[in-house]
Amino acid sequence: MAGSDTIAPPVGVLALQGDFREHLRVLTMLGARAVSVRRPEELDDVSGLVIPGGESSVMDKLSRSFGMAEPVRAAIDEGLPVYGTCAGLIMLADRIVDGIPGQRSFGGIDIAVRRNAFGPQTASFEVDLDVPVLGDPPLHAVFIRAPVVDSLGREATPLSALDDGRVVAVEQGNLIGTSFHPEMTNDYRFHRYFLDRVRRVAFRG
Amino acid sequence: MSTSASSGSTPSGEVGSNRVKRGLAEMLKGGVIMDVVTADQAKLAEDAGAVAVMALERVPADIRSQGGVARMSDPDLIDGIVSAVSIPVMAKARIGHFVEAQILQELGVDYIDESEVLSPADYVNHIDKWKFTVPFVCGATNLGEALRRINEGAAMIRSKGEAGTGDVSEATKHIRKIKSEVAALSSMSKDELYVAAKELQAPYDIVVEIAETGTLPVVLFTAGGVATPADAAMMMQLGADGVFVGSGIFKSGDPAKRAAAVVKATTFYDDPAVLAEVSRGLGEAMVGINVADLAAPHRLAERGW
Repeated sequence: MAGSDTIAPPVGVLALQGDFREHLRVLTMLGARAVSVRRPEELDDVSGLVIPGGESSVMDKLSRSFGMAEPVRAAIDEGLPVYGTCAGLIMLADRIVDGIPGQRSFGGIDIAVRRNAFGPQTASFEVDLDVPVLGDPPLHAVFIRAPVVDSLGREATPLSALDDGRVVAVEQGNLIGTSFHPEMTNDYRFHRYFLDRVRRVAFRG
Repeated sequence: MSTSASSGSTPSGEVGSNRVKRGLAEMLKGGVIMDVVTADQAKLAEDAGAVAVMALERVPADIRSQGGVARMSDPDLIDGIVSAVSIPVMAKARIGHFVEAQILQELGVDYIDESEVLSPADYVNHIDKWKFTVPFVCGATNLGEALRRINEGAAMIRSKGEAGTGDVSEATKHIRKIKSEVAALSSMSKDELYVAAKELQAPYDIVVEIAETGTLPVVLFTAGGVATPADAAMMMQLGADGVFVGSGIFKSGDPAKRAAAVVKATTFYDDPAVLAEVSRGLGEAMVGINVADLAAPHRLAERGW
């Protein structure tokens, strides 16, 4: 990675719950200055945000009770690049299917996401996926009680789908979401793709 | 454009791998897993921000006061809990009771806790957890015990504490013990690891892996006696990845409020201002029993080896 990365504004990882430490580790390994974000003021000086895997209903509750939801929404509206994995994809979806009563998302991507779309944990799986924007070879993807994109609005672009056609990676503007967890593998092309976006956008840069 | 959603089916891919088993525990980190005995309690837990619920027949405090053999829950109760919530559902099987585990896997629970809180079914062997697609969490009081469970296929470890007491001192002892033994391994030279493995009564390969990485290969939660937001935050400050709360919530005066407070305390475990705020006005905590007053045969943490 270029040396300029270290003087760029830091990249945040939403650290309310979930596997945020794995994302911090990957981003740091790729040369970014990665910081955890739990409070509204910590969002003020990041140039990008990762929303980790975890339990979306818990992230929703904690983000609302600690005043994070509105600032994240406002930053998304202003063009902050955000990458969400699994629960993070749910948090970026405009619509949630099978949420818990009253569950909300930050929104931003014009999709409906179905929570826990494959059934119980015994149906969680690993599979190789073609992701055209990342090129060859296929990406080894880990799905854990994963969501899928149930319906895709006009504004959103699918990046990858399972053999049965269900969309599992998507982007819209500066927002990227995946049903699966690249942070749990050794293939960080999605994180690189996101960091390239962060550098190009230079939010608050 | 819209995509068809044939919900519920799994595409061709590998299920039950070590990575997906351990991975679900990774997603629970920073969260609170709450013991529940009914679907209503499960809903309350989900609504309060639990990251998963643990289904069991009686909470540990009741197992203690009522005595008798404690077993896996009735499948009807587990079905009721699974259909009441959308967060992961765990359920307890007795130590060594591989048939209870087969039944729980069949019922579609997301994790099985092979638990000393229930009456052991085998005083020699634990369940061979590699045979299952569903992942297992197991209790441990020290690193050697944790590594023996991981060697049998456990995908997550929880320090045991002393369940059903509301006394956090054993939980403190066990998480400190595990953390310090991990730290000790990572400071040893390679030729010392042979004896370390022998003394821990643990497989050499896992001992070497921990010495190299400086951490357990699976997620480590803590359990047993956590009753207040401050207890949960203390476990997090001691290095736990998350917290199990058993009797502490539904044996207290205001379960919904206490449950939500413990969730917040687990996220902001290092922020005393938040901890002070969420600790206010929770009503009565569970009454509790001092572990020192428990005769040795009634100490659950000594079950399992």
